[in-house]
Amino acid sequence: MATRLKEVDAVMVGMGWTGSILARELTKAGLTVVGLERGEDLTPRENFALPAVRDELRYSYRLELIQDPALETVTFRHRPSESALPMRRFGSFLPGNSVGGAANHWGGQHWRYLPSDHLTRSHIVERYGAKAIPDDMTIQDWAMTYDELEPHYDKFDKLCGVSGKAGNLRGQKIEGGNVFEGPRSNEYPTPPLIMCESGLMFAKVAKELGYHPFPQPASNASRAYTNSEGLTLGGCQYCGFCERNGCEANAKAGPHVCVLPVLRADPKFTLRARAWVSRLSYDKAAKKVTGVVFTDTRTGEEYEQPAGLVVLSAYVFGNISLLLNSGIGEPYDPVTQKGVVGRNYCYQLSRLGVTLFFEDKVFNPFMGSPGTQMVMDDFDGDNFDHGGLGFLGGCKIQLGHADGRPISYRPVPPGTPRWGSTWKKATAKWYQHAARITLSGSNYASRYNYIDLDPTYKDQLGRPLLRMTYNFVENDYKVADYCMEVALKIARAMNPTMMGPPGLRRGDYNTVPYQSTHNTGGTIIGHDPKTSVVNRYLQAWDADNLFIMGASTFPQQPAYNPTGPVGALAYWSADAIVTKYLKSPGPLVHA
Amino acid sequence: MTDKNAPDDNNPIARRNFLLGASTAVAAGLAPTAAAQAQQPAAAAAADAAGSEPATYLTLTQAEAAFFAAAVDTMIPADELTPSGSDCGIVTFIDRQLASAWGGGAKMYRNGPFRKAKPEYGYQLPLTPRQFFAVGIVATNAWTHKVYGKDFDRLAANEREDALKALEQGKAELGDFDAKPFFEALLHIAMEGFFADPIYGGNRNKVAWKMVGFPGLPAVYSHLIEQYRNKRYVVEPQSIADFS
Repeated sequence: MATRLKEVDAVMVGMGWTGSILARELTKAGLTVVGLERGEDLTPRENFALPAVRDELRYSYRLELIQDPALETVTFRHRPSESALPMRRFGSFLPGNSVGGAANHWGGQHWRYLPSDHLTRSHIVERYGAKAIPDDMTIQDWAMTYDELEPHYDKFDKLCGVSGKAGNLRGQKIEGGNVFEGPRSNEYPTPPLIMCESGLMFAKVAKELGYHPFPQPASNASRAYTNSEGLTLGGCQYCGFCERNGCEANAKAGPHVCVLPVLRADPKFTLRARAWVSRLSYDKAAKKVTGVVFTDTRTGEEYEQPAGLVVLSAYVFGNISLLLNSGIGEPYDPVTQKGVVGRNYCYQLSRLGVTLFFEDKVFNPFMGSPGTQMVMDDFDGDNFDHGGLGFLGGCKIQLGHADGRPISYRPVPPGTPRWGSTWKKATAKWYQHAARITLSGSNYASRYNYIDLDPTYKDQLGRPLLRMTYNFVENDYKVADYCMEVALKIARAMNPTMMGPPGLRRGDYNTVPYQSTHNTGGTIIGHDPKTSVVNRYLQAWDADNLFIMGASTFPQQPAYNPTGPVGALAYWSADAIVTKYLKSPGPLVHA
Repeated sequence: MTDKNAPDDNNPIARRNFLLGASTAVAAGLAPTAAAQAQQPAAAAAADAAGSEPATYLTLTQAEAAFFAAAVDTMIPADELTPSGSDCGIVTFIDRQLASAWGGGAKMYRNGPFRKAKPEYGYQLPLTPRQFFAVGIVATNAWTHKVYGKDFDRLAANEREDALKALEQGKAELGDFDAKPFFEALLHIAMEGFFADPIYGGNRNKVAWKMVGFPGLPAVYSHLIEQYRNKRYVVEPQSIADFS
């Protein structure tokens, strides 16, 4: 029997980016808030300190900051006809697991989605006609426009101290920035990071070919910055230990640096780490949630935390799992295409690229950050004419040096053996002289890519694991092939001593090598409760006091990384809760 | 080539001496590359360092240690760039890793049922990394016995190379045990040991970092990144221990 705790105004399930932002906005509005986090609490001063934080084995391979699959993982299959098996180790993606969430170990690449990304279906129908969309491509519009979200994108930029250069300031295009981006109300909070040699080489050639390269926008502040909460970020050290590690310079934005110090000092806020929420208490008839049930992972004791408002702010999988394991919303069925929870699970096309070797160039690959690269968006989203191409979506194409950590970074020319004397000589010779053009591509929703509950495997609490049914489809292969041709054109024009083979997208999805922790969908936004889980304010159609944050609400995945829109949506939803919902609790949109 | 001092199953002490350093191996005539290595001052220094450490292990048996030494010395042979894999401490690294929580299956989902699956589904065996390597070594030695009449670590250098290539290409018949994933795990842990921070026991004297020019710590480059564009940044690498 769960011990019943004192009711609070609002409870956050997960204390990463969105839980921290919502907790902050709601306490500011006068609510008492409890933040529950399954993982342990961390402090940058203790946990991200030199010298221990510069440890490739511990963070990149023993996955110190990553969720423990022994507690909870997902099962996987490529298609509904197969039976799924558990991901026994995380590989393809790496969810976070502690206060601060995945923002502890993210790289910091910080994007806004294109205005057309927010209207994916209607934009395509308008430009190419409804027939351009394949039958099984279940793309949808977001339920708000870029312009509506812009003030919230802006707010999140100022929380993070994002570095970069505007390419569209209030409608005015600016050369050197991303001329394809939607209009920004303000310049980036900090200037672009110092660019590395390989990025400059790429930009020069891309420009000569008529493209529009720009510096990667990054939540790696390029200099000390006082954010919108009055907290100070340090300047990036270009240490080359960013992604998968914490940041000892406090330059990489995350809840610990950008929000939590203010929250921790607020008497209206209580943080409870090692609290694993197993289900929501749901009154189906009243269409209300009444609180959450959690297990204290130190003791195994179960508690019920009643709350007036529940915010699901876990990772994508946590949000979906809690809905399915609490009986909230109808599970999606790919055969009938009825039901909503688990629908439109998407990923991101990655591991695409080509490695270039330059005998006469020196790159010092260990000096850098995920922001020290030049990017071009000429073949991203619908920035180019898809007429007659036979696919939709695109890729951002980029080159730079983020890190040279040598267990993982060991470029050798094609044909080199993987061990032995010849391998050693090649590794020693080329470590300083290689650069890789990479591509990240959109992944549009497909009817048979979805999440439901696994019939066999259970998590540590005895709940069914989520089952992922996922594979790449024809559209994805075509996007990758087309954009790779562009990358190869640039690669050849850069005139390298030699080039590796193009890394293409072939065969079934492989869950083993790391690709990206950009899983999306499953609790998507929409105008219609028959095809979405939350309305435009991220309020659940099936419980008006339940709000669902994060990338699980994205109807499909653009080429960009998702954290920028995740933060913008959190502020957008918080604003709706404070200015609309609290004044008149109930559904904010009537279906 | 035989030698009455050569270590064998009935003479574990001799086998241990073999692991201690290049000189025993040369005397035993088992590691021709070690002779060349002894000519290299850096290699000799590393071998001394290796020799000063007792050949005791947290979890490896002597036979397993001999297997790993032979494997990592073939994958990472001594040459003008670095000492051999075992002289870089990689067997010590592997021993410590397999004795760690990771070796015991931490951060792995280990509930059944278990089933064979396509490689895209990832690791699906019930074995912990420690158990996986134990089983793989037994299976590999059984196979080399069939083909060459002896354990893997007793093979001549060229035979070891051939044996590793057969494992890599999945051509070695290990019965129920799949050779390819075993080889991949072996290669990966050898590379981890070679390139990880020396605090874990491998990469002794930061030889692998020196080999590629990785500076290690403190990795604070905000004042250097512009100045060293297209210009080699060379420093004596420093490790976590140097700042502790």
